[in-house]
Parts: sequence; C-alpha cells; structure tokens
Amino acid sequence: MALTGLALLGFVLVHMLGNLHLYEGPWETHEYAETLRDLGTEVIPRTWVLWALRAGLIAAFALHIHSAYSLTRMSRSADRRYAGGRDYIAADYASRTMRWTGPIVGLFVVYHLADLTWGHFNPDYVRGDPYHNVVASLSSLPVAIWYLVANVALATHIYHGAWSMFQSLGINSPRWNPLRRRLAQGFAAVILIGNLSFPILVQVGVIDDGGRSVVRERLEADHAVGDALAPPGGAP
Amino acid sequence: MIGSLDARLPEGPLEDAWTNRKFALRLVNPNNKRRFTVIVVGTGLAGASAAASLGELGYRVKAFTYHDSPRRAHSIAAQGGINAAKNYRNDGDSVYRLFYDTIKGGDYRSREANVYRLAETSLAIIDQAVAAGVPFAREYGGLLDNRSFGGAQVSRTFYARGQTGQQLLLGAYSALMRQVAAGAVDLHTRAEMLDLVVAEGRAAGVVVRDLLTGEVSAHAGDAVILATGGYSNVYYLSTNAMMCNVTAAWRAHRRGALFANPCYTQIHPTCIPAGDDFQSKLTLMSESLRNDGRIWVPRALDDTRPPERIPEAERDYYLEERYAAFGNLVPRDVASRNAKAVVDAGRGVGPLRNGVYLDFSDVLARDGADVVRTKYGNLFDMYERITGEDPYRAPMRIYPAVHYTMGGLWVDYNLMSNVPGLFVAGEANFSDHGANRLGASALMQGLADGYFIVPYTVGDYLAGRLGEAGPGTDHPSFAAAVSETDASIARWSAARGSRTVDWFHRELGRIVWDHCGMSRSAAGLAKALAEIPALREEFHADVCVPGSAATLNQSLEKAGRVDDFFELAELLARDALEREESCGGHFREEHQDAEGEARRNDDRFAHVAAWEWAGPATEPIRHREELEFQTVTPTVRSYK
Amino acid sequence: MSPTEPSGAAHGAQGEPPDGPATLNLRLRVWRQDGPEAPGRFETYEAAGISPDASFLEMLDVLNERLTLDGQEPIVFESDCREGICGTCGLMIDGRAHGPQKGTATCQLHMRQFSDGDLITVEPWRAGAFEVIRDLAVDRTALDEIIAAGGYISVNVGAAPDANLVAVPKEAAECAFDAAACIGCGACVAACPNSAAQLFTAAKVQHLNLLPQGQPERWARTEAMVETMEQFFGSCTNHGECEEACPKEISIDFIAWTNRDYVRAKLKNRKLAGQS
Repeated sequence: MALTGLALLGFVLVHMLGNLHLYEGPWETHEYAETLRDLGTEVIPRTWVLWALRAGLIAAFALHIHSAYSLTRMSRSADRRYAGGRDYIAADYASRTMRWTGPIVGLFVVYHLADLTWGHFNPDYVRGDPYHNVVASLSSLPVAIWYLVANVALATHIYHGAWSMFQSLGINSPRWNPLRRRLAQGFAAVILIGNLSFPILVQVGVIDDGGRSVVRERLEADHAVGDALAPPGGAP
Repeated sequence: MIGSLDARLPEGPLEDAWTNRKFALRLVNPNNKRRFTVIVVGTGLAGASAAASLGELGYRVKAFTYHDSPRRAHSIAAQGGINAAKNYRNDGDSVYRLFYDTIKGGDYRSREANVYRLAETSLAIIDQAVAAGVPFAREYGGLLDNRSFGGAQVSRTFYARGQTGQQLLLGAYSALMRQVAAGAVDLHTRAEMLDLVVAEGRAAGVVVRDLLTGEVSAHAGDAVILATGGYSNVYYLSTNAMMCNVTAAWRAHRRGALFANPCYTQIHPTCIPAGDDFQSKLTLMSESLRNDGRIWVPRALDDTRPPERIPEAERDYYLEERYAAFGNLVPRDVASRNAKAVVDAGRGVGPLRNGVYLDFSDVLARDGADVVRTKYGNLFDMYERITGEDPYRAPMRIYPAVHYTMGGLWVDYNLMSNVPGLFVAGEANFSDHGANRLGASALMQGLADGYFIVPYTVGDYLAGRLGEAGPGTDHPSFAAAVSETDASIARWSAARGSRTVDWFHRELGRIVWDHCGMSRSAAGLAKALAEIPALREEFHADVCVPGSAATLNQSLEKAGRVDDFFELAELLARDALEREESCGGHFREEHQDAEGEARRNDDRFAHVAAWEWAGPATEPIRHREELEFQTVTPTVRSYK
Repeated sequence: MSPTEPSGAAHGAQGEPPDGPATLNLRLRVWRQDGPEAPGRFETYEAAGISPDASFLEMLDVLNERLTLDGQEPIVFESDCREGICGTCGLMIDGRAHGPQKGTATCQLHMRQFSDGDLITVEPWRAGAFEVIRDLAVDRTALDEIIAAGGYISVNVGAAPDANLVAVPKEAAECAFDAAACIGCGACVAACPNSAAQLFTAAKVQHLNLLPQGQPERWARTEAMVETMEQFFGSCTNHGECEEACPKEISIDFIAWTNRDYVRAKLKNRKLAGQS
C-alpha cells in the first residue's frame, strides 16, 4: 500500500507540476508533452521511456487497488459492528473515508484518461493539443465541478495516505515525527491548490483559446510552409 | 492420622545445604522424563515458571488456570519489586544478610534452611528474568538499578517502574507460551480445579470444571503442583484480585494435605481506604511510597480541618517519633498496627475518618514534582483516578488492608506436602516467610519455587516412581471425586434463597476482619468461631445462585469459593486462638508489652502449626513442626 | 437499585457516610447474549443511588445483586485485579473502549466521570477474533496465539548469564518498558475500525526487539508474530484509535517500528546477523 502509494504520490506531484505549463500557453504545453515523449531519445527509441513510466504507473495503480482490496477484505472479515455505535477519537475524516475517496479518484482517473488522452468524452479533441483539450473539457460547468470534487477527494486521500505511508514504512523517529503530519498536510495542499487552479481558471476564462486549437493551426501552418518550400513535383 | 511431620531438612551447614540436597536428589533421564505427566494448577509466577521449566526439562505438563490467559494471574499486581542479594550497590548485602533479614522479618517463625535457599536462589532469578527480557529499571550506565524497600537497610530491590509483578509474570508467561507452542505444555484456560484426586495414598490428578461449558473432567498426572495463590479474599475486602480464592488448596486440604499457620496474614500499610459501602476490593499502592512520604495524623482528636490547615506542631508523625531508626520504613505489621491504633483512637482522616496521611510535601519541595513523578508517577496517577484527589497538592490517605497470606499448605523442604506427589509452590504454600513477609519477597519466592526448586524436587519424586504406572482416570478415586464435584455443583446451582453470594461473602469478611484482622483477642476469636458456622449455615440455607451450571455462571463459581472460605475462616480463627503469642502478622492483644509491642513466646510457639482436616463439623487436628534455629538466635524485633 | 438495598458494611470504614456529592441515578443499556450462537439484544436497566466514588464495575456489581434478588440472571462481565493491570476487564462504554477517561481501564473508571440521569450504553468488545462468550464477556485467546508464535526470548531456565553482563542503555530500557506496559486487554482491537491487533502485537514485538537480549530472535519473532496476527485480525490503516483507547497509552510509534522490522525481516540475510 505504502510503496505503491509513494509511486503514485510522485506521479501526482509531477503531473500537477507539468500541468503548470498550461499557464505558459498552448504551444509551450504542447512542447512539454513532446518532451515527455522525447525522454531518453539519446539512448533508446522515442516514447519508450514514456511507455516504461506508464507501465510502472499502471502497475502501481493495479497493486495499490489490489492492496486496498485485500486490506478491506481482511478488515471486513475481522470486524464486527457495534450495535450501539462507536465513537471516533483519533480517526479523522480523511482516514475514515479512504475507502470512498480511493474509488472516487479511481473513477476520475478513468474519466480523465477518456477525456484528455483518448478523447472519447472530449467535445473537441485535438490530438497533440492538451491545452485546447483541457479548455474544451473544463469550460463545461458540470465537468469542472466533477474535476473539483475528484481533486478534493484526491487531496483528502493523499493527506491520510502520505502520513500513513510514514507509519507503514516505519519512518518514525521522535526527532522528525511532528514533521510527518505537516508534510502530509503540505503535500496535500500543494496538490489541491495546483490541480484545482486549472478548472477554476478555465471557468473564469484565464485559460482560454477561444475554441481554436493553436497547436493544430500552427502545425498546419508549418506544414503549409513546408509544402510551399518543397519543390513541386519533386522530380528532377 | 498423620505421624510425625518430617520436613526432610538438609543436613550440614546452611551454605551448602541446597547444593548438597540438589546432588542427593535423584534424576530422571531425558528419555524417561517424557513418560511422566506433571499437572500444574495456577499459572501465576510460581505456576507459570514451574510449568515452563518442567516443559523445558522434557516432562509432559498439563497446566490449568481459571483465567482466560496465564498472563492475568494476580502476581501481576505486585508493584514494588523483587529482592536479590546481588550486592550490586556494594552496600554490604549478601546472601547471608538477605537470609537474616527474611528470618528476622518473619519473626523467627520460618525454617532456616528454606529461607537460606530462598536468599541463595534470588541471584539466579534476576539473571533469568533479565535474560527473558524483563525491563528492570536501569541506571545511566545501562546497569541495573536498585532501591531500598520495605524496611531493608540495603538497596537490594530490583524494580520495573511500579509494575514489577506484571513484568516478571510476563517473563514467566512468555516462557510458558514458548513451551505451549513447542507442545511441551498442554494449557487449559478457563478451567478451575475443584478437587484433588488422591489414589493409593498419592496425588494422582485433579478434577476441573470448564468455566464456559460447565463440563467437569478428571485429569491424571504423576505429580500435581498447586500454585494457586493465597487466601486474603477470606476477608472479602483485600488487595487480592476478585477471583483469588482458596478452593484448590482447600480441596487438597480436605483430601489430606495439612494447612499450616493459617493465622499468619499480612496487612499492607499503604492501601487506599475504602470509599463507600459497595467497595469491591482495596487497592494497594507500593510500599516504596514510604521511602519519601511521611506518615502523620492530627494530634487532636476529631480534627476535621483539611491537612494544609493543620500546622506542623499539631501533626503527629507517629512512626518517626516512635521508631527513630526506621521511622516511616518500619516493617509492614508495625506500620499497620500503628495506623490502626491512631484511627481507633479517633484521629483518622478523610471523609470516613478511616485513614492516615502519607505526605509528600517535603520531597516535592526538596526534589521538585518532576523527580517525584519519575519515581512515583504511575502510583500518583492511580491514586488520583481512584479518589479524585491530586497527591501532588494534598497528602494521600492510606490505611492498611489484607494483602498476602503467609500461611498455606504445609510442605517439606522439597516443597512436597504430606500427600506424596502433591507439591505446593508460591503463596499457596507456607514455606518461607514465617509469620510476616518482607516487602519484595513474594515475587522472589514464587519464582524461586517455580524456576529453581520444584523442577529438581519433582524429578526426585518421579525418579522413585519409574516403572510404576500411576493410576489413570479409570481408577475409582477419579470417578468418586468427579461425582462429588458434580453433586456439589448441582446443590449450589439449585440454591434459590433470598441473599446473594456476595452478601454472604461481605458478611463473612466483616467477621474475619473484625476478629482476625490486625489485632486479635481470645474473646474476639471465640466470637468469630461462633459466628462463622452460624453464618455458614445461613449461607447454605438462604443463598441464591441464579442460572444454570451448564454455562458461564459467575455466581455459581463464587458460591463454591465462598463455601470454602467459610471453612478456612474457621480454621484461621482456630489457629489464631491456639497461637497464644504475638508474632509477625499475628498480633494477640493479650501478648504485648507495656508499649504495645508484640511479644513472642519462643518457648511455647517456636513451631509450625499444621492442621489436619478431620471431616466437616469436626475439630481439626493440630500438628506441630518444631523450628530449630542453629544459625541465628531469635531476638526481639526492634525497629527503634 | 433501591436505596434500601442492604449491603455488607465495608469494614475499615468507620463513622457516618461522607457528605460527598449526591448519588447518581443512571439508566444502562446493556448488551445481553446467552451464548456465542445466541442472538443478542440491548436491555435497559435503572441504576439508582450510585455513589460517584464507586467504580464502573462496582456499579455493575450493585446492579447484578439487584438482578439476582429479582430472580434474573446477573450480567456477565469479566474483571479480576480491578487495579487496571491484569487486562481482564474491558467494556465498550458509550462507543469507547474502556469508556470516556483516557489512559484508564474499565475497572479504574469511576462514576464521577458520569452525570446524574445519563443513559450509558455498554457493549462487549467486538471483533471477528473476539467471539462473544456471554453478555459482555469475549474470548481473547487469539492474543495468546500471537505470543506463542514468538513473543518470548528463548532462554531455558538456568542458562542465563549474570544480569549485569549486558548493559542496556537507559533510553532503550525505558522505551522497551513503554511497550512492555501492554496489559493485553484487547482495547486496541475493540477500538480499531479494522479490528486490527497491530498495537498489541507491536507492543509485544518491540518490547523484546528493543532490548539487546531480544536481538538473536528479532527477525524470526517479528515475522512469526505479525503473520500469526494476520490470521486472526484485520489490518492497520493508521487511524490511531488504538492509541487513544489503550489504558496504558502505548504509542503507535511501535507499530511503525514493527512495520520496519517486518520489512527488514523479509529482506535480511540472517546468516549475517552478527555483522549488523
């Protein structure tokens, strides 16, 4: 749980940071995406590194879900409910809702992929123009709200998960223990603020491309220029 | 009838006695050990350590406890510590000094050889406990810490915060569970021994009741070890756990084992006074509190001012004034009797006027609250939880309570009773403490018996039984014992009178406390001897035991135990009446000097009184085992 | 409890009753169940005239005496030392293991923690491994199984070296003691939404793992005890309820350390133990 969680935390952080390219503009966002595909091209063929990372990520996801499932099953079979109810003293909202926030985030990930990677749910999907796709998707209010809800769930999940990870991995020393909660809080807050900024800023119009895919236009323009420069017919 | 009592004492100088005896004890070779089954009843310090050691040696062990886990036995509640003559403090301690202090503390009513062996064995106990992971207190250099305890003038007490008993029991329990896992010990929990089976003149097994199903079953063994604790709960209010009882020992007594010195009961001076009428037990606080606390009461009669309003000159630090050398650290019996005297004189404190102050303001002023907290923090917390008062601000209130019983089943030097094959260990036997036990010596004796004595002496007994198949559970004695037990259970579970078992227990306790408590008189004891049988008759006629015998039925369990307490109470009073002297925990008002100090009578009573059961409603027979003092000379204990 | 209910005079108590706070009149909603297989239900009882100085269990004693005299069966609950050290007692009181007072076992909980007129719900501890035996009594032998799996140092009687041969740093000894303070009551399991026994197991594992004497069996012990625990109990998700419920206030730091030891136990080349 903790090890796969750690991998996923790393992904979530890098993903959020990468998305900050949205603030630079459509072309820069496109170039960032291309950079990811170009990773490691000095040594191995293009997109291989990216695919390796994706494979790792998928594995981490699968194992995380598997661990969660086994833990839940173990607890369910070990637990007997109190007819008179129980009081919670230490367990907070985050720790008690892990089994809800987890599936919410999981469903969101599927939606998110279908929306921005595969384009099924996107009203105007343009391959290679993440900026445009994000704007196209998040300018719909229900979608933006769904993103907000899912990211609040993610941050809640991360808050307990990150702290819990220290316990599960045995990272526990009187000198650093007070820091662990704060780290978990800080991490969850950074992710929350970063990720929430995108739907909000799309909704208020700060991130906007006016419905045009700047990247497609530019690539097409480049193509046109290229075509123009090439010798017609090509035959000597 | 029992002939003369042979304690099988070792010969020769004390220093070599146990070594020589160990050499003389016969051995059972490893292949033969597994042919013998040893039954151990009780899994407190003595029982768990005996069962574990015997399991390690290779015997087949069957261990029984009425608890759900061996870790719950009342050894766990001992707070203060365990003595050992390690002399790690270089303050002049030695095996001889521990021996001497214990003999003297016991008011010269114990056997020299037993006590010397106890002192000698104390060294190995600490080694064993530390190796087993008992987290004794340590000094900054990492070596073991010691403190002075219960009137000792050397620091020989090893301690684990205020939980020494719990930590030592966890050590013995873990050793036991290791043997359970290894298959050497067959552990029966929630199984209460209700009878001893004696067949062909030997202890042959036990009858137990499964407390969950009510099923009564018989178990055969080649030897039986009883480690079933003491009988303080005959007083109803004591510091013992709720379930502590005399039943196992008493049933053995009824089957022929002699009961020795039942009147030697110890009153612990530092308990929390009773708070109301429904008090179910009293809570002891470690005697170590007397190291720093000062005991006082107001000088004036019926002084109801709060303690902080009573000026220094109007306080009576009665122990410090009376016993200049020992002050607040006088032995338990002395401290207790003095507390009783001031309370009886109308100078008691607290809402019920039933306590004396134990005041920490001096040490708090001198060392600060933090130092006091490290030493006594958990005791102070406990006191506050129970009384709702904060001892950092106001003095504690304490009063004596029954806490330990030195009497018990009679055993010889090998810890075997007069019934061959029946061994008795720990508080259940009478062996080592004489008329009064020193602080921090109960844990020592339990572990000495269980770890280091019984495993040798049981082997000697069994070596003599090689080739003789013991009677199995098909022997008629087993069937007879089972049917007697069944009949008794059936009788109790049909009882539908008008009073609860607890009511009778409380009433019995009141009689025993009033007449056989901290001080006893011929008139009072005679009164007790009249009142106890009368109440017992009423108990039989009018007790109400609801529910069925075929399930967990706590009223039924208690009924049988209280019934045995009635018989024991009578014997206790009788023993106290016959012992016309004051010694240790037994104080006869007729036998005191002009200053109220106990007066022993060595000419007439330097002996063990061992009582033989002669049948219900028949006077028991008093046997004597003379005590000979070759090494120490009995003197008058003086703590002035 | 009728105020006229007779009681044996508490000996040692002289004089008139205290002019302390008034008595409490309470209602109790108590779980009754005839046996492991029988269905259970709540029954409501009146407990009047309870002294605030009485302990919670003494209050139940009083109620039981009344039930007995009324021809009913008394409520089965377990207790023994009543000093908070043997770990026998344990009730779920108003949804909290051992009741409302922190760091306090049920037997040390006193009625001054409650107010006149309170309705108090009392339930047995619940966990799959803690079968209800009767009413409020449960079976906790699974905890003993965990100990039998490795909660000991294998040292036969007689084999021990001198007690002062190995110095134990005071800090380590104190820390081991903090773990060893566990009384095995099972409140951690009762309070855990997962019915996990991590705090109990970790306390037992770390008591021995933190001491030099415990090192030779450290990895085997950790593995065996943790895996035995998992056969009976749920798994920790770090809620921290156990620490709050523990009458000895044992820290969940021990759980973290046990997790670390468990991972190391899985990876360690034990043949090289002498080098680490």
